[in-house]
Amino acid sequence: MSAPVLSLRGVSKNFGGVRALVDVDVDVREHEVLAVVGDNGAGKSTLAGVIAGAFRPDGGEVLLDGAPVVLDSPAAARTHGIAAVFQQLALVDDLDVVENVFLGQETLRGPFLDEIAMEREAWGLLDQLAATVPSVRQPVRTLSGGQRQVVAVARALLGAPRVLVLDEPTAALGVRQTAEVLNLIEKLRERGHAVVLISHQAGDLQAVADRIVVLRLGRVHGEFSGDTSYEDLLAAMTGAVRPARPGGPARAASGPEPRERRAGGTGAVHR
Amino acid sequence: MSVPGRTPGAALERTTTGALSGTVVQQLRGAHLGMLPIVGALLLIWVVLGAVNPAFLSAENLVNLTLQSAPTGIIALGVVIVLLVGQIDLSVGSVSGLAAAVLAVGTVGLGWPVGLAIVAALSVGVVVGMGYGLLSTRLGLASFVFTLAGLLVLAGVQLRVLGPKGSINLPFESWLVRTVQQGFLAPAVAWGLVAAVVVGYAALRVADHVRRVRAGLPSPGLGRAAVRTGLLAAVLVATVAYLGTARGIGYTVVLFVALVVVVDVLLRRTRWGRSVRAVGGNRRSALLAGVAVRRTVVSCFVACSTFAALGGVLAAGRLAAANQGTGGADTYLTAIAAAVIGGTSLFGGRGSAWSALLGVLVIQSIANGLTLLNLDTATRYIVTGAVLLLAIVVDMLIRGRREI
Repeated sequence: MSAPVLSLRGVSKNFGGVRALVDVDVDVREHEVLAVVGDNGAGKSTLAGVIAGAFRPDGGEVLLDGAPVVLDSPAAARTHGIAAVFQQLALVDDLDVVENVFLGQETLRGPFLDEIAMEREAWGLLDQLAATVPSVRQPVRTLSGGQRQVVAVARALLGAPRVLVLDEPTAALGVRQTAEVLNLIEKLRERGHAVVLISHQAGDLQAVADRIVVLRLGRVHGEFSGDTSYEDLLAAMTGAVRPARPGGPARAASGPEPRERRAGGTGAVHR
Repeated sequence: MSVPGRTPGAALERTTTGALSGTVVQQLRGAHLGMLPIVGALLLIWVVLGAVNPAFLSAENLVNLTLQSAPTGIIALGVVIVLLVGQIDLSVGSVSGLAAAVLAVGTVGLGWPVGLAIVAALSVGVVVGMGYGLLSTRLGLASFVFTLAGLLVLAGVQLRVLGPKGSINLPFESWLVRTVQQGFLAPAVAWGLVAAVVVGYAALRVADHVRRVRAGLPSPGLGRAAVRTGLLAAVLVATVAYLGTARGIGYTVVLFVALVVVVDVLLRRTRWGRSVRAVGGNRRSALLAGVAVRRTVVSCFVACSTFAALGGVLAAGRLAAANQGTGGADTYLTAIAAAVIGGTSLFGGRGSAWSALLGVLVIQSIANGLTLLNLDTATRYIVTGAVLLLAIVVDMLIRGRREI
């Protein structure tokens, strides 16, 4: 197995009194899709935010190629080759598609924006995603949920990042576009990108995940191979069982809390 | 998997937001109408006022109107910038008054050269804007609160600077006063400028068209470029020709329009301008997209206060005096109202530099026209207020419907 591009070592993050992440270790490798799953409030989006520079961890460190880096802003993460699609997409409704795709990384021609180059590249990215956006000069507020998602993914792909974090990338998509995004994730893996996929969708995981990390109550509650059945994952997510694999982090076996049985069952997976 | 699927029909994916109803209506309602409603309103006001009192449309009166509009318009231009980034500055009047006071005390009291005094006055604006920017970005305070405090504090400082006399006259032979009061473009220069602007605009349009076609992108086409160039030429020629029958185009008016054009280009064609609109539209999204939010917000406060200071300098030049009333009373309300009437949203993200020009023309036309009709200040306030209310209602309707 190749050396990890990005590693989280003992990362913790608190929001007020809420411990969103507790001592999390995660490795992300090139040519690999790492899926992160967990129940609501397990800390998935916080983990995505830490990797993408949106949240600064309270403890632990982030290593890029083995060297510690400080990702104190999304822009900083971007310059380190880490791009993200956030769950809320982070689009600006009043800006059009091109403006959103290139926001924060505009192409310049002298001191001015090179609208024509950006428009061309935006079309290229959207075609790659098989997107059906009627016009790239339309404010994104006029787009459907699926189209908005595609715009957000296109933005993340800009500049071919090494690590791509996708937080629920298919949640708002139709069948065809979900397939396209999954296709795309596989393509990204073939090209050598490291992909962190955060998802609830069983289909997504079975289709593309190489490794699956289960988060529960902010802790890593086990690491599974990509072909693990969804039922086993569900059990781990809800805390019904301890991690089965001996290779899983030791602390994950530190024992289910008494309350955990309450959450047992598939009902806990809905959004 | 490069499926070139651009057919709009297939775009109607199952949506979770259900926001796609009535796309055409939404587009019509969007920014594409742009400046048309306000231009229409301005023409309507002119027709009505001209019908009631033909003196309103006389060239001499319109020259006066442009001269009255310039200082407040420059302040309104700053307000547009700060509104676009999603903030507000209520203290622009006090800043302009303080700048005028600094200018007057510097030149008359301390004997500075006028140029130095102007620089000092503008620096007041820069410093105030930096202070606001830090209060906003570092402490996270709401801008309407700390600029309200600034309004009071700076009005006090203005009185202190002016001293016990409370009024300082600028010498009429000062070049600032001469330029502002009596500086008009020579006809040859005015026509030369018109020609240069029209040719330059046409050239830019054609170059853009050629690049777009070469890049294989849809272009609005040369026909549309010709129409727009023709419209621009018609407006400029009519303005210069008609105002030229009186005193012509004042230097301050040229400065104001030039600043509007520069700010418009900065807002639409530079990275800074895009950041401003993104931060104003959705601050969190802009941050997540990697926009330098704090720097953008600070720059907007600085720009706003500096334009306010410049407006104060020009107002002092126009009056040939700075007094306790400079920048007081309704200056800040007029400037903010002008920006909003011109179509810049109070909620950030939407607007244009041109709304400062059009908005201030609407307000000053009303003020000027009602004064010609011998109507009192009370009527002027009421009418201006009603127009402002109308503008805000229109803005709310556009925004409100959009977010259902």
